[in-house]
Amino acid sequence: MAIVDDMQAKDGVDQETVEAVRDVGGTYKYGWETDIEMEYAPKGLTPDIVRLISSKNDEPEWMTEWRLKAYERWLTRTEPDWAMIDYPEIDFQDIYYYARPKSMEVKPKSLDEVDPKLLATYAKLGIPLKEQMILAGVEGAGEAPAEGRKVAVDAVFDSVSVGTTFQAELKKAGVIFCSISEAIREHPELVKKYLGTVVPVSDNYYATLNSAVFSDGSFVYIPPGVRCPMELSTYFRINAENTGQFERTLIIADKGSYVSYLEGCTAPQRDTSQLHAAVVEIIIEEDAEVKYSTVQNWYPGDENGKGGIYNFVTKRADCRGDRAKVMWTQVETGSAVTWKYPSCILRGDDAQGEFYSIAITNNYQQADTGTKMIHLGKNTRSRIVSKGISAGHAQNTYRGLVSMHPKAKNSRNYTQCDSLLIGDKCGAHTVPYIEVKNNSSRVEHEATTSKVDDDQMFYCRQRGIGEEEAVALIVNGFAKEVLQALPMEFAMEAQALVAISLEGSVG
Amino acid sequence: MAALQENQSLTEARLAQVPPQGAGWANTARGAALARVRAMGLPQRRDEYWKYTRPDSLVQVEAPKAALFDHDTGSVFEAGERLKIVFVDGVFDAVTSDDLAMEDVTIERLSEVTNTDIHWAKDVYGELEARGQNPVARPLAALNTGLASDGVVIHVRGRVSKPINLIYIHNSTGSDAILHHVIRLDPGTELTLMEDGPAAARLNMVLEVDVADGAKFHHVRSQGRDHERRAVTHVFARLGAASLFKSFTMTANGKLTRNECVIELTGDDAVAHVAGVAMGDGDFHHDDTVFITHDARACESRQVFKKVLRNGATGVFQGKILVKQIAQKTDGYQISQALMLDEDSQFLAKPELEIYADDVVCSHGSTSGAIDEEALFYMRARGVPKDIATDLLTLAFLAEAVEEVEDAALRAAINAQLEGWLLRRRG
Repeated sequence: MAIVDDMQAKDGVDQETVEAVRDVGGTYKYGWETDIEMEYAPKGLTPDIVRLISSKNDEPEWMTEWRLKAYERWLTRTEPDWAMIDYPEIDFQDIYYYARPKSMEVKPKSLDEVDPKLLATYAKLGIPLKEQMILAGVEGAGEAPAEGRKVAVDAVFDSVSVGTTFQAELKKAGVIFCSISEAIREHPELVKKYLGTVVPVSDNYYATLNSAVFSDGSFVYIPPGVRCPMELSTYFRINAENTGQFERTLIIADKGSYVSYLEGCTAPQRDTSQLHAAVVEIIIEEDAEVKYSTVQNWYPGDENGKGGIYNFVTKRADCRGDRAKVMWTQVETGSAVTWKYPSCILRGDDAQGEFYSIAITNNYQQADTGTKMIHLGKNTRSRIVSKGISAGHAQNTYRGLVSMHPKAKNSRNYTQCDSLLIGDKCGAHTVPYIEVKNNSSRVEHEATTSKVDDDQMFYCRQRGIGEEEAVALIVNGFAKEVLQALPMEFAMEAQALVAISLEGSVG
Repeated sequence: MAALQENQSLTEARLAQVPPQGAGWANTARGAALARVRAMGLPQRRDEYWKYTRPDSLVQVEAPKAALFDHDTGSVFEAGERLKIVFVDGVFDAVTSDDLAMEDVTIERLSEVTNTDIHWAKDVYGELEARGQNPVARPLAALNTGLASDGVVIHVRGRVSKPINLIYIHNSTGSDAILHHVIRLDPGTELTLMEDGPAAARLNMVLEVDVADGAKFHHVRSQGRDHERRAVTHVFARLGAASLFKSFTMTANGKLTRNECVIELTGDDAVAHVAGVAMGDGDFHHDDTVFITHDARACESRQVFKKVLRNGATGVFQGKILVKQIAQKTDGYQISQALMLDEDSQFLAKPELEIYADDVVCSHGSTSGAIDEEALFYMRARGVPKDIATDLLTLAFLAEAVEEVEDAALRAAINAQLEGWLLRRRG
């Protein structure tokens, strides 16, 4: 890999940096497969499959009914076609909707009982599922950050949660952090109260599908006034072939609470595409704050556009109480197709929503991503910073909505979306919708599109920096505002990912 | 399925109007246009391109009634020398129009040239409109091509000594005008075209402009002061190398206005500027929809749209810059802004960029909000009464768009109208 070789040759480059970059490897690093005995539900989607998924999770009757209603609804709907993405028709009957490792048939009581192969999988991904080990974020070179911060992990493997770390310690603080299947069994009152209230079953085609067949995902409840003692994270791994992953995440931040939540995802390298359709719902009560950070690194397909994950995701936060705050940060480097619009409903007065995004597409990747800021309450504020980078034959679209309702007096929005094009065969597009229905609110939208600046390139090259490395540097500078919004461990990983994702895009 | 049938029957009802019958080439163009309408269907509320503007009253068979504006309605461009061509409720009026003969230009009525077998207009009429149907359908423009009975056909062969002024008089409360103009500018020529007036209770106007290499076309338009009139207009322009196209529209009042502008930059180094100011008070819905395609190298495009809204007025902006792969060194700029003078008004915008070339500079901005309280305070602290200060700040807000009018006299005429509009609403 050119970048690493160049860097080794140079003096003065911090050896640690070199190692870190080398570690994240050349091409897609997570393309390997875990050889493990799996148990599948039959291919295709029928009411029986829905019931089967429900029974595998030992769900109560009301949950099964909820799913079946979603399934009925799904049958009446058609796939949306408005996004600037182009992919072969998905055969929804040719997908496994449920796949779990055989060893998970009897749910392990603790992490010690989990199949070593599974633990090894996560260790290899840089996610050691042992509490004494401290995580360095999703990517993690295995090194612990200096200050020794703890991150609790819920590890989801295909359709099931393998285990959740630090549960006991979190419980002491009153925080519930578990898989959603466990939450449905153990905390039905909370799930019943909140599930589907932010993203209704009928929200959109993929959300409806997810509502019918979601198999696992994470559940978080932070009680009033609690500042979650550590960062929470979920790591999603797709392993089985021809399997769709449909996870569901529900986060509730009660009054005055705070949580920072991280999400990471990878999948093996395959010639066939795979579907991932997730739903994330976040409820934020008065004075509470949620930070949600994603590093999405699903397999993007090869350089000819073969294979890769189709990522159709619905994420939405509902700031229900006054002064509630949400911050979405996403680094989207993976997936063949991305269709994703993490949104904020600013219902409470003085609520705040922020969205920071870097989407990098290379080769034949396509991303149509952005956000919706729905201002309903007075004095609500939102900020959107989106950086799209296109290389190779990729298409990258920012699509967003800022809506100021008549009652959202004195609200503010600031949007900045910038696109960078590397090469003349890719595309960068901006499709913002701006709807302002009162005059005391101020909305500002700015967008620019440019290429990597020749002067900056020249400056770097003149100082002996290799071409690819120079592009990575410039792109990191371009994306700085977003990278800074990430928790520290993620930011480091994201910077490295930026370089990796653009590999081969120059020259 | 039901929706589709409903649309078909709606379209058929509208097409029941018999197109003008002629003996010449135009029959083919009209037939093709009506076939396009049938294929596309007329616009409906559900259409994404009509997300912010209800097309119903523009589509329905009968034009809704519109009261005449009973104040002084003299031409906005009264002061300057010009060649006047008058249409009353969409029909050419030979009595009040000037003699159409002028040096360096040939002006003919559409109804005359459509009866000939061979005419240059054949290559433009409906042709630019048809090109403009992709990638977004504009069925009301095709409907116009199919049904238009009047208009002018202008061939510019040199630097025309004085501007041509199309004056549109609205004289009947139920009039339904369909006007279609075609302009061809030969290489290196120049023309200024003014349009002025509401035209009819309902106007559907198409202007096709073919600007050859090195030619310059200036377009300054005022859409009259009638409150109840409705209008849908389309300007289709094709620009050759190093040519210039500048279009400015002032809209004050009007119940419903949809101005579409579709520009194709096909020659290197061409320049296209489209600008507009809209002033709305009360029952006012104004929609600027612009689509600029860069299909050649080193072209410049600029869109500047400003709206002043009060008493529940609605402003819409849908602008798009499409940069094709070939269009390296493109410079694209787009700004849409709304100034809302009270709580009830709304501004809906969709400023889009679609870019397939890497060596480009494209930017867009969109803002909306109330008048700047700090600036207002500053002026009041210096003894400027509130209403005057508000008007001055409003004019300053509009200035960037008005400056797109190159001719100083025309700019002054526009400013006088804007000041008058504000003055009448003072206190």
